[in-house]
Amino acid sequence: MNLILLAVIFLGAIGAIGATVLYFVSQAFHVEEDPRIGRIQDILPAANCGGCGYPGCAGFAGACVKAEVLDELFCPVGGSETMNKVAGILGKTVREKIPMIAVVRCNGNCENRLRTNYYDGTSNCAISSSLYGGDTGCSYGCLGHGDCVDACSFDAIHINPETLLPEVDEGKCTSCGACVKACPKQLIQLRKKGIKSRRIYVGCMNKDKGVIARKSCNVACIACSKCQKVCPFEAITIEDNLASINDDRCRLCRKCVDECPTSAIVELNFPLKKEKPLIVEEDPISII
Amino acid sequence: MLKTFRIGGIHPPENKLSGHKAIENIPLPAQAIVFLSQHIGVPAVPVVEKGDQVRVGTLLAKSGGFVSSNIHSPVSGKIFKIDSVADSSGYKRPAVLINVEGDVWEDTIDRTDTLKKECHFSSKEILEKIAVAGIVGMGGATFPTQVKLLPPPGTKAEVLIINGVECEPYLTSDHALMLEKGEEIMVGISILMKAVLVDRAIIGIENNKKDALELFEKLSRNYPGITVQSLKVQYPQGGEKQLIDALIRRQVPGGKLPVAVGAIVQNVATAYAVYEAVQKNKPLIERVVTITGKKLGKPCNVRARIGTPVGELIDYAGGMPDGTAKIILGGPMMGKALTGTEIPVGKGSSGVLLIPSPEAQRKEMRNCIRCAKCVSACPMGLIPSYLMSLMEFNELKLAAKNAITDCIECGSCSYICPANRPLLDYIRLGKGKVIKK
Repeated sequence: MNLILLAVIFLGAIGAIGATVLYFVSQAFHVEEDPRIGRIQDILPAANCGGCGYPGCAGFAGACVKAEVLDELFCPVGGSETMNKVAGILGKTVREKIPMIAVVRCNGNCENRLRTNYYDGTSNCAISSSLYGGDTGCSYGCLGHGDCVDACSFDAIHINPETLLPEVDEGKCTSCGACVKACPKQLIQLRKKGIKSRRIYVGCMNKDKGVIARKSCNVACIACSKCQKVCPFEAITIEDNLASINDDRCRLCRKCVDECPTSAIVELNFPLKKEKPLIVEEDPISII
Repeated sequence: MLKTFRIGGIHPPENKLSGHKAIENIPLPAQAIVFLSQHIGVPAVPVVEKGDQVRVGTLLAKSGGFVSSNIHSPVSGKIFKIDSVADSSGYKRPAVLINVEGDVWEDTIDRTDTLKKECHFSSKEILEKIAVAGIVGMGGATFPTQVKLLPPPGTKAEVLIINGVECEPYLTSDHALMLEKGEEIMVGISILMKAVLVDRAIIGIENNKKDALELFEKLSRNYPGITVQSLKVQYPQGGEKQLIDALIRRQVPGGKLPVAVGAIVQNVATAYAVYEAVQKNKPLIERVVTITGKKLGKPCNVRARIGTPVGELIDYAGGMPDGTAKIILGGPMMGKALTGTEIPVGKGSSGVLLIPSPEAQRKEMRNCIRCAKCVSACPMGLIPSYLMSLMEFNELKLAAKNAITDCIECGSCSYICPANRPLLDYIRLGKGKVIKK
């Protein structure tokens, strides 16, 4: 009895002393923090992916509060919805950002791009590309070791076991850009998601001359400039033997897709070709 | 007493299949592919055009900057084109392709075999001649020789170290050259001594080359200031910093050049090229290449013109054996696996090695068992296992702190690892990233 009482008094006293000390210490070292930082952090996706360019979501929240205008700041994961909420808390406005998505600009699967040698070294794109050009004739194409897969925090990119090329899961991709940075061949690009998720892009990054590019891959861009000529919106430019489509100008008419002799231009999420006449009718040049 | 370097080192099987074989001249190729970047530094700028007629020794491209080198035509004929061609790494690089017609040399080149001992040129003139001849380090690093011989201001060389180590397994090109051109190499060394204004030179030769050691000991009696030192066989003794440690017991501080401890290191093959450039006006257009492999019909040492496709060398040595899984340009430790046989011999290609199938395959990587064999093997005193883990998590700052940039990429760690971990792959990757940063 006596012993229990003693213990209770003793521990209680230690607790009381500790609480008093902590109270004064917390008073002395109090840090004034903007309560909005915490509130913004609650809205953010908490993925800490770094896609915004800041170290994690807390860093981004701090930057939002500090910034006078939010135009330069954007959370690619949360998108416009989240940014609007952030702006609501801070009483500021945000510019509407067009949703983006990652695309892989290589279509050289095992059928299109034949192997010329076998690599049995470390399965890592960065290492493999520092050693040599790759196990096919194309030194610009995908190596298939999956550095992009490792870089993705959202499980949105996977290597297709049949084609051995990475594929982006549209539902999961947040356009944070981690895979873009991870690819040593710079094959991944962030492009506009497009209306109904429809996109057209050149699925090739080969900068060799046409003949050499075609020799190493069936679906290589050979820079024949047919697409450039057929494009009614001047959206296609050819540089370093490679065509690229400007997604600001592209109106998704799909003329280039039909024109490309090597099928290097990829279309995604379009309805089947039968419905095409509708689009052609709207096309200004064909009317003339 | 036998000397060697004090930190790390390994003893891979020597496999010097082509040792003691005389140097044979290989027939000229039908087309020579001469890359504009056969050296470390800025690529050379072409001075010829498509369709031009060139002779052996005609300048094809001139040095493109301070750290760069001239490139001369190794054959005579017509320039077929100047284009991008896949090099040993499979990436396309600019090259001059020459269709070979006959074998006409430039008149200025002295093609006789007579030994020319006297050299009346001044240090400056020698350096100039070396630069004009496009000589680069022929041990494999291909650093432009005239730059290496010109120590940065405030430093002074005290001793010239000549690398006759050839510690890479299989390779015997330097050995063959030493046996055949001993006297010329000695003259080359005395020219180099004159160029860097030192009166002492040490030739380091591993004691698995007894005949070369004997020959050079005999020759050195006639050349004051030049001594020969026998070295215990150990890889990577041919590394610059390891050789300095072995011969003069000085350690080059991290990130510094060997001249910081008063040494300048040159390969024996470079010394020979310097002799030819200064005494015979001959630019660097050919080199000795070892063609070897356990299953190869006739492993040999050949004198090949720069630009000869590797395939022709292999055909000369008995053709590609069945079951060859890897073609390596250079030695087995530091060489580069090729993607095809059309790749040409460059200024730094000391050997072509064919490895049969089971030996060539990498074994499956397992977890690190913390045996620290890589730590004992590292000749630079690094901790390879730790550096690799750092790079797996992209910890660049910590890797830089742990001197990742000191790695000489000798591959001793990957060789010795019982868990088959690709230590060097990751360290090389990290080294690149840290330097870039």
